[in-house]
Amino acid sequence: MSSDQLQRLKPGQSPHEPEKATLEGKNKFLGFWFFLGGETVLFASLFGTYLALNGPESNTSGPGPAELFGLELVFIMTVILLTSSLTSVYAIYHMKNLDFGKMQLWLGITVALGLTFLGLEIYEFYEYIMHEEHTFTSDAFGSAFYALVGFHGGHVLFGLLWIVTLMVRNSKRGLNLYNAPKYYIASLYWHFIDVVWVFIFTVVYLMGKLGG
Amino acid sequence: MAKNTNSTSYEFYKQKNKEEMKYQLITFALMIIFTLVAFGMVIAEYNPMFTIPVIILLACVQVGFQLYYFMHMSHKGHGLPALFLYSGIFVALLTVLAMVTIVWW
Repeated sequence: MSSDQLQRLKPGQSPHEPEKATLEGKNKFLGFWFFLGGETVLFASLFGTYLALNGPESNTSGPGPAELFGLELVFIMTVILLTSSLTSVYAIYHMKNLDFGKMQLWLGITVALGLTFLGLEIYEFYEYIMHEEHTFTSDAFGSAFYALVGFHGGHVLFGLLWIVTLMVRNSKRGLNLYNAPKYYIASLYWHFIDVVWVFIFTVVYLMGKLGG
Repeated sequence: MAKNTNSTSYEFYKQKNKEEMKYQLITFALMIIFTLVAFGMVIAEYNPMFTIPVIILLACVQVGFQLYYFMHMSHKGHGLPALFLYSGIFVALLTVLAMVTIVWW
C-alpha cells in the first residue's frame, strides 16, 4: 500500500470512482463478485433442501408452513430490509461524491434497519420455539427451515458487524483510496443479503402459506 | 492534473450521480410494488397453480433490479462479475432441480 492511498479524499476532488481507482480496489471488486457466485450456490443448496423437506411427510410434529407463518411480520421484515438496501445505495452515492460524513450517516441508518430486521427475526424464532413447538430438532421441516432462514439471519448479523467495524475503524481517517473499496464491497454484500431474502419471503413464506 | 479540471469533472460526475440516484429511487418504488403485489396475491387466495409461478417471476424481476441497479451490474466493467454470478445461478438452478426432483418426482 502506498501512502497516496491513505490520503484523505474530500468533496470536490477526483477520482470519480474511488472504489476502483487502485489495482487493489479492482481486485477486491472482482474477488467479491466471485465470492457472491459461490454464495448463490450455497443458498441454493439450502433452498433445495427446504423445498425437498417442507412436505407433510417430513412435518411429523408441530404445525406445518400454512398454519405457522404470519404474513404481517414477514411483510414488515421485507419492507425494512428492502429499505435498508436503499439506504446503503445512498451511502455509496455519497461515497462517489467523496462525502464521508453523509456516507457514514446513511450506513448508520442501514445498520439501524438491519438491527430491527434481526430483532424481528429473533422474535419470530422465539415465538415458534416457545409457543408453536417448531424447533430445529422437531422434524425435518424444522431443520430445513431454521437452516435456511437462520443462515440468512447469520449473514445479516455478519453484514452488520462488518459495516459497523468499517465505520468505527475509519471514523477518524475519513475516506481514502484504501478504504473506499472496503465500503463498496460491504454494500454489495448487504444488497446480496436482500437478494436472498426476496427468495426466502417468496419461496418459504408466501409459497408456504399457499401450501405448495 | 490542474486543480480546476478536477473540480469541473467533480461537478460533472456529481450531476451524473444525482441522475443515477433518481433511477435508484424508481427501482426501489418498483420493488416495493412487486412485494405488495406478491403478498396481495397470496392474501387474495387465488389458485396456487397461478399464484406460485407469478410470485416466483416477481421475485426474479425484483432480484434483477437489485443486481443491475442497486449493485450497479448495469454499469460498464461488469463482464466478469456477470460471468461469476451467472455461473453461480446456473449451478444453483441445477442444485435446486436435483434436490426437488429426487424427492417430489
